[in-house]
Amino acid sequence: MNAAARFHPNLPARHRRARWGLVLFQSATLFGIVVLMALLYNIVNGAFGLAAVRYRIYPGDLGLDLTTITALPPEQLRGLLAAYLSPGQLRTLEREKPLDQRSADELARLVVERVLRPKVLDTWPLVPSLLHTREIVAEVQQKYPDAEVRWMAWFNQRFLSRPQSSDPIRAGVRTAILGSLWLVGIAALTALPLGVAAAIYLEEYARRDRWFNRLIQTNINNLAGVPSIIYGILGLAIFVRALEPVTSGALFGAVPEGVTANGRTVLSGGLTLGLLVLPIVIINAQEAIRAVPASLREAAYALGATKWQVIWHHVLPNALAGIMTGTILALSRALGETAPLVVVGASTFITFDPTSPFSKFTALPIQIYQWTARPQPVFRNLAAAASIALLVMLFVLNGTAVYIRYRARRSQRW
Amino acid sequence: MSDAAPALEIRNLNVYYGDFHAVRDVSLTFPRNKITAIIGPSGCGKSTVLRSINRMNDLIPNVRIEGQVLFEGKNIYDPDVDPVEVRRRIGMVFQKPNPFPKSIYENVAWGVRINGFRGSKAELDALVEEALRGAALWDEVKDKLHQSGLSLSGGQQQRLCIARAIAVRPEIILMDEPASALDPIATLRIEDLMRDLAREYTIIVVTHNMQQAARVSDYTAFFSTDETRTGHLVEFGPTEQIFTNPKDPRTEAYITGRFG
Repeated sequence: MNAAARFHPNLPARHRRARWGLVLFQSATLFGIVVLMALLYNIVNGAFGLAAVRYRIYPGDLGLDLTTITALPPEQLRGLLAAYLSPGQLRTLEREKPLDQRSADELARLVVERVLRPKVLDTWPLVPSLLHTREIVAEVQQKYPDAEVRWMAWFNQRFLSRPQSSDPIRAGVRTAILGSLWLVGIAALTALPLGVAAAIYLEEYARRDRWFNRLIQTNINNLAGVPSIIYGILGLAIFVRALEPVTSGALFGAVPEGVTANGRTVLSGGLTLGLLVLPIVIINAQEAIRAVPASLREAAYALGATKWQVIWHHVLPNALAGIMTGTILALSRALGETAPLVVVGASTFITFDPTSPFSKFTALPIQIYQWTARPQPVFRNLAAAASIALLVMLFVLNGTAVYIRYRARRSQRW
Repeated sequence: MSDAAPALEIRNLNVYYGDFHAVRDVSLTFPRNKITAIIGPSGCGKSTVLRSINRMNDLIPNVRIEGQVLFEGKNIYDPDVDPVEVRRRIGMVFQKPNPFPKSIYENVAWGVRINGFRGSKAELDALVEEALRGAALWDEVKDKLHQSGLSLSGGQQQRLCIARAIAVRPEIILMDEPASALDPIATLRIEDLMRDLAREYTIIVVTHNMQQAARVSDYTAFFSTDETRTGHLVEFGPTEQIFTNPKDPRTEAYITGRFG
């Protein structure tokens, strides 16, 4: 019998199965996209919308306009303060900083905070605000007859440039953004050199047939999967407690004024995050180094190059793009970490910026977490706005990684 | 055989990869300024022997080498011999062209520089030109020295690799199937180049291509495997004798195409 006659091609069924496969893959992708869209919707929905605001004195009653208040002459602002604040309050302010010496900005802020005293009573997310504006206005008039309905963009420039505050209208994330940048910077400075050095050792020097090298490799792979809270505990034990003289800056006599000399500094947090991403950086760098073709190494060795010349002139330059991409992606993980920072002792409420490695600090995810835990609904809007800030930072980091990879792909062909 | 002192001599070479005995008891003498071809079926240890000559096998974990490779009367496996120096003096060209992802100029100049070249830019330029001329590539690339070496065609890339190898002034050039990844025209150019280079260098070439061995080499070593897949030398002699009047029946069977 002819062998070909025993085939049962059954093409329609095979094509049908292929179509089902395609549908499956497409739905998986679609699901992912839908979830992402839902996430974005959720955040944007919270970061903008209507709010019911009550003032002790309405700006209109004083003939003021909130958008132009800083343009008023300082004398008029000082007059308003003198008219509406008690002599005791004025004396306290004078003691802090004489009113004559304050700028128009500072005076205007004082007028808003102390004289007008806005208070957010309730907020509505973006979509209901757009769809049911009239109902919301009616509801506010009924529930809070003395309140005013205003459009609020919780994510705005002032939100980014102001420090944390317990007053939601004045609260901002500058401290948290700077804290996050310090943390990621310190983590990068720690993890990149250590990670690349370890990867070079493991890939180029360590003999894979030795049991302890295999043990090290296995442990690095396992460490990459250790929950971040464990790293937090490690950081607490090592950096905050054991190395307190170093991480607090006391050893260098570098404790700035107003900062307690304990180890809960941005340095401790950054080092902890550095440890957290170190295994990932090592693994990524190893992969990048392994991707450098053996033929390139052989070519260099065959010319009489030493191992170090081969590594320094050929392996590292050709692996650099991969190392940088991997490191940046690892750092973007660090940027979003909350748990280890809580353990290491990030401050949940802090109004001054980190100015040195020995500053107390907070970070964006900490700030978001802290705001979502508050009972007043307005803080949820702030959390959404801070999430936008965090996501933008992540996109910038990941975009850099994509760009580096694109550049590298274009310039090298093996 | 040449009367002059041989360029290199292998004595009782045995190579093991872990437990696998890859090459057994090879003894060979490579005459100076001649081309010696190593031919044989796949897996007979041709490349292993070649890579033992400039200690490239050291880079492979688990490899064990016994026996001697005498270069200028000195065993290159003696503990006081630095493999880095050996590889500078015994250059190598690989099967697949592997220029560095750098400019044509840098491809040639790099090896010179890392070997501690102390000279002016003009001297280095002259050295690069000389090497590229030596590899019959100068006329094709003199106007684009600063373009990437990877922008060249396969045959040009291989000649660039040869230029790179001769730029560090080796005494012996090892070639591991240097034309097997090239088209017939590029192959012929490489073969012509090998004949030119043989005036100054001793060349040892591994090849799968028997016509190539017959065309280009002065001496031929035929390797084969035994039943344990261990490679060994079957016959060595002047190329003409190996191809017209082999002494060993296995050589005859191979060159007439009856196996391998």
